[in-house]
Amino acid sequence: MNATDSGTHQPRTLAQKVWDAHRVVTGENGEPDLIYIDLHLVHEVTSPQAFDGLRLAGRPVRRPDLTIATEDHNTPTLNITEQIADPTSRTQIETLRANAKEFGIRLHSLGDIEQGIVHVVGPQLGLTQPGITVVCGDSHTSTHGAFGAMAFGIGTSEVEHVLATQTLPLKPFKTMAITVNGHLRDGVTAKDIILAVIAKIGTGGGQGYVLEYRGSAIEELSLDGRMTICNMSIEAGARAGMVAPDETTFAYLKGRPHAPQGADWDAAVEYWKTLPTDPGATFDAEVIIDGDALEPFVTWGTNPGQGVALSDTVPNPADIADPNDRAAAERALEYMDLTPGTPMKSIPVDQVFMGSCTNSRIEDLRAFASVIKGKKLAPGVKLMVVPGSARVRLEAEAEGIDKIVEEFGGEWRFAGCSMCLGMNPDQLEPGERCASTSNRNFEGRQGKGGRTHLVSPLVAAATAIRGTLSSPWDVE
Amino acid sequence: MEKISVITGVGVPLKRSNVDTDQIIPAEFLKRVTKTGFEDALFQRWRQDPDFVLNHEPFSTGTVLVAGMDFGTGSSREHAVWALRDYGFRAVIAPRFADIFRGNSGKQGLLTVVVPEPVVEAIWAEIDANPGIEVTVDLVNRSVSCGDVHSPFDIDDYTRWRLMEGLDDIGLTLRHQSDIDEFETHRESWRPTTLPAR
Repeated sequence: MNATDSGTHQPRTLAQKVWDAHRVVTGENGEPDLIYIDLHLVHEVTSPQAFDGLRLAGRPVRRPDLTIATEDHNTPTLNITEQIADPTSRTQIETLRANAKEFGIRLHSLGDIEQGIVHVVGPQLGLTQPGITVVCGDSHTSTHGAFGAMAFGIGTSEVEHVLATQTLPLKPFKTMAITVNGHLRDGVTAKDIILAVIAKIGTGGGQGYVLEYRGSAIEELSLDGRMTICNMSIEAGARAGMVAPDETTFAYLKGRPHAPQGADWDAAVEYWKTLPTDPGATFDAEVIIDGDALEPFVTWGTNPGQGVALSDTVPNPADIADPNDRAAAERALEYMDLTPGTPMKSIPVDQVFMGSCTNSRIEDLRAFASVIKGKKLAPGVKLMVVPGSARVRLEAEAEGIDKIVEEFGGEWRFAGCSMCLGMNPDQLEPGERCASTSNRNFEGRQGKGGRTHLVSPLVAAATAIRGTLSSPWDVE
Repeated sequence: MEKISVITGVGVPLKRSNVDTDQIIPAEFLKRVTKTGFEDALFQRWRQDPDFVLNHEPFSTGTVLVAGMDFGTGSSREHAVWALRDYGFRAVIAPRFADIFRGNSGKQGLLTVVVPEPVVEAIWAEIDANPGIEVTVDLVNRSVSCGDVHSPFDIDDYTRWRLMEGLDDIGLTLRHQSDIDEFETHRESWRPTTLPAR
C-alpha cells in the first residue's frame, strides 16, 4: 500500500492517515502493526548500545539513506575547537563518530555548519515533512509533528530495531484533539499554550494518545511556534503531537535542502493537502482551550504540569483535593523552596537559560532579543543564550542578535542541548534558581539541586531584565 | 531475553507519583557506552538521603518496586530500565506508566504491572505492616498478590506471549522482511532521504 492509496472512505484523522500509509503488516490476533519509518534521527547518547547490538548480531543498517546523526547532548557550548574536557563525554562523541563511519551514516559533528540539536537540524534541512514517520532515541522527537508528521521518541532497543529493519512494531495510538480557539494576545506565545495545556490535562493526561493541536490560535502560529507546542506533548504523557500541514508549512519547507523539487514538489504538496483530519472524523477525546484568555505562564513545581499564570501566586497544597497531587505539591514546594501565596512575579532568579529543542530556533531568539535590546541584565543574574544549531547561530549573528545579547550582559554560546539537561558543563549550582525556556523542571534536571521555572522566551527576557520572574507586559 | 512466568520478591514501596526518568537515573550517567553496570546510578540522588527506602533493610535487596501514579515519565532513556534491572528489580507495579518507559521495559524483560491506585495503596499497607513481605507477580495467571491483597492485572496476549517466550523483537520483525522489501518498492520518490547530502 502506498501513501496516496487511502484504502477507506471512512473519515479519518491526520494521525490515522499517516498510520495507515505506513502500515507494512497489519497485526492480527493482538499482534502490533508493523510501521515503516521514513526518517531516523540519531545522537550520541541513546545510540552506542544500539550499534553494539547490530555488531553482535552481524546486522547492517538497513537504510543509511533514511538515517542522520548529529552531536548535541554532550557537546560543549564554549571552546568547541578544543578537545572535550570530560573524558566520558568525549568517549561518547567519539563512539558516535566511529559508529557513523562503520555503518555509513551521515553525521554532523561539532564544528560542522549543520551540527545542532537533532530536533532543530531535521526541520532546518527540510528532512522533516508532512505525512512522514520520524523516530529518534529522544522523547522530544514529538517536535517534528508540527509539520503533520507522526514523530515519537523511542528507547535504545527500538533504535537498534529501526536501524536493523526500518520499521517498528506498534499498537495504534488513541487520538485527542486539543483545540485552541481565539487569538493569542501580544506577549502570549506557543510556550504559554503548551504549558497551559499540560497544567490542564496533567503529566499523564495524554498517555496513550497522539495529540492533534488545532483551532485558530494554532493555525496562526509559525512552524517554529508549532514545534514548541508539539515538542512538549511528551510532557503531557503523549507519545506524539501533530498539527495539520497548511500553506504555512509548505512555505517553510519550500527551497530547503531536502525538500522535494520540481515535479516532486507538486506531487508532494498535492499529497500533503490530503492529510488534514476529514470533516466528521472522530477523536477519542477532546480538550478545548480559550486562546483569548491565555496569559504568560510559568511553572512553580517539579513537573511540567505544576504551572500557573505569571500573574498568579504559588499555590497552597492544602487547596489541592487529590491526596497524591497534594503530596507531590508539598514535596515540590520544599524542593523549590517556595511558600504558598507568594506572587510568582516576586520570585528572584539566579540564572536565565535561553535555549533547548523547545525554544532555540531563530524566531525564539528574535523574540528574546526584541525584549532585551538596549536594556541591561539585572545585577547578579547570569544569562546564557544557546542557539539550537550552528546554522541558527549564524543566522542570528547576521541579524546582530549576538551583539544584542552581549551588550545586554549575557553569554552567546555555541549550539547544543546545553543546560536543558546539563550533560555538558552548563549546569546550575545546588540551590540556584533558573528561568528556563526548556521543557523539564524535574528535580536536578539542570544540575544537582538546581531549581527550574519553565517559561517562554519573552518571559525569560523580561525576567533577565527585572531579576524576578516577569511577564513581557512588565517591561516597556 | 530471559523467559518470565512468575516473579516473587521483597516488595519495595516507593510512595511518590511522577517518578521521572531523571530521578531514576540522572543524565550524568547517560554518558556511558555500555548496556550494563548501571546499578550504582539507580535513584542516585535520592539514595544520598539516609531516609530513602532503598537505604533501609529489608528493602535494599528488593526485586518488586511498588510505585505511585505516572512512573517513568520524561526522557526516553532506556538507561532507566537498565538501572532498575541491574540493581535487581524484576517488576514494577504502578497505577500508570509513561508509554516510552513501559515500551523500553518490555524490551528488557522488566515487567510493568498496571493495577488500580487502591491496589497499590493496599500493597503499601501490607508492606508497612510487614516490611520484607514478598510480592508475587504471576504473568501466567495475570495476577498480583501480597499478603491479603490479590488483584488481577491486564496485559495483552501478544506482549504476555513475547515475555513468556523471551522473544527478541528484531527477530520477530525479520519474519516480515519480504513485506518490508515490498513496501519499499512503493515508496514515493518525493519522500525525503538523508543521502546524498544536499
